[in-house]
Amino acid sequence: MSKPVVATASLAGCFGCHMSILDIDDRILKLIELVEFNKSPIDDIKTFTKQCDIGILEGGCCNSENVHVLKDFRKNCKILISLGECAIMGGVPAMRNGIPIKDCLQEAYLDGPTVDTNTDKIIPNDEELPMILDKVYPCHEIVKVDYFIPGCAPRADLIWEALVALVTGSELKLPYEVFKFD
Amino acid sequence: MSDIKFTIDGKACTAKNGQTIVEAAKKSRIYIPVLCHFDGLKPAGTCRICTVKVGGRFMAACTTPVTEGMVVENDTPELQEMRKQIIEMLFVEGNHMCPMCEKSGNCELQALGYRYKMMVPRFPYLWPKRSVIADTPKIYLDRNRCVQCLRCVRDVKTSDGKNVFGVTMRGGKAIISIDKKLAAALSEEAALKAMNQCPVGCILRKEIGYKIPIGQRKFDTKPIGSELEGK
Repeated sequence: MSKPVVATASLAGCFGCHMSILDIDDRILKLIELVEFNKSPIDDIKTFTKQCDIGILEGGCCNSENVHVLKDFRKNCKILISLGECAIMGGVPAMRNGIPIKDCLQEAYLDGPTVDTNTDKIIPNDEELPMILDKVYPCHEIVKVDYFIPGCAPRADLIWEALVALVTGSELKLPYEVFKFD
Repeated sequence: MSDIKFTIDGKACTAKNGQTIVEAAKKSRIYIPVLCHFDGLKPAGTCRICTVKVGGRFMAACTTPVTEGMVVENDTPELQEMRKQIIEMLFVEGNHMCPMCEKSGNCELQALGYRYKMMVPRFPYLWPKRSVIADTPKIYLDRNRCVQCLRCVRDVKTSDGKNVFGVTMRGGKAIISIDKKLAAALSEEAALKAMNQCPVGCILRKEIGYKIPIGQRKFDTKPIGSELEGK
């Protein structure tokens, strides 16, 4: 039987969850025996080259590009996993939810105390740029997500246990120390 | 007067006259989760996390006095599921962002999320607009995290008995307010007590946020209630 194929992406996240995947240390050698990686920042494959079994998503959706990638993952992966608090509830980017989008952009590009090079007073609005959403959405409010791994970042041991359980079909051990929201 | 006999999940327990189910369960080392309740406070029954089943009816265990022969269901799949739903509702109806909260690890709501293994709330996030009051000395108030348990309103008072916290508005718009003058006059211990009285990260003592690092906090290694159960 061929190995399950895994894809990963970071949407509106900080790449901390991907760092936590790498934090499984030398178990990464066992991981590549267990699975094959497709589209992922880890192997730098930019587009899906085949149908994948597991899609791992870090970060929520803050712009149209995030939504596009997320929908692409749903189309190309049998199982989707939200990895970490941003994918699950928006996380740090979602702190802007509740603040009007105009105020956010104004503060970021015009009024913020560290803004000094934007002498033309421009809020970036090129059509090449992804459109920013009215608020930051968790992944499961955009597409159906099958599993959730909480944590900021999720502990490497939890990611490892969850992936092994999923790939081998065994029951997930969920020790108290690794199941955290922070 | 002799003790009242009753059972929780079939286990024989006793209670003194007037004791609530939560108080009596504690004596028998049975954990019933509470959030709005705090030892020594008059129960308010606002959060419903302590819901048990008595004679086929759902009751708040923190407000219901034990009666002779009462049959209480506590640790059943139905009630566990109901409590999990309540926790999830509390998470979505505020802005609870554990990764950036100073209270993380010491938060009772979060600890209940851990105990009931909340992977994700099943309800949509509401993202309510809530304000922060940070221009008070000693304490700051982040209403994003408030669950309106009213523990602060009921318990945090000045030495001459005045309320430091109060409820402003009613119903879905109710918010906790702080009397800045009285808060400024709070003693060091009273300010700390106010923070600890808050089950979430709404009331925080300023300047000591990360004195105890994440990982070494109250609920980082042991589930809430495990002390009582002796596990």
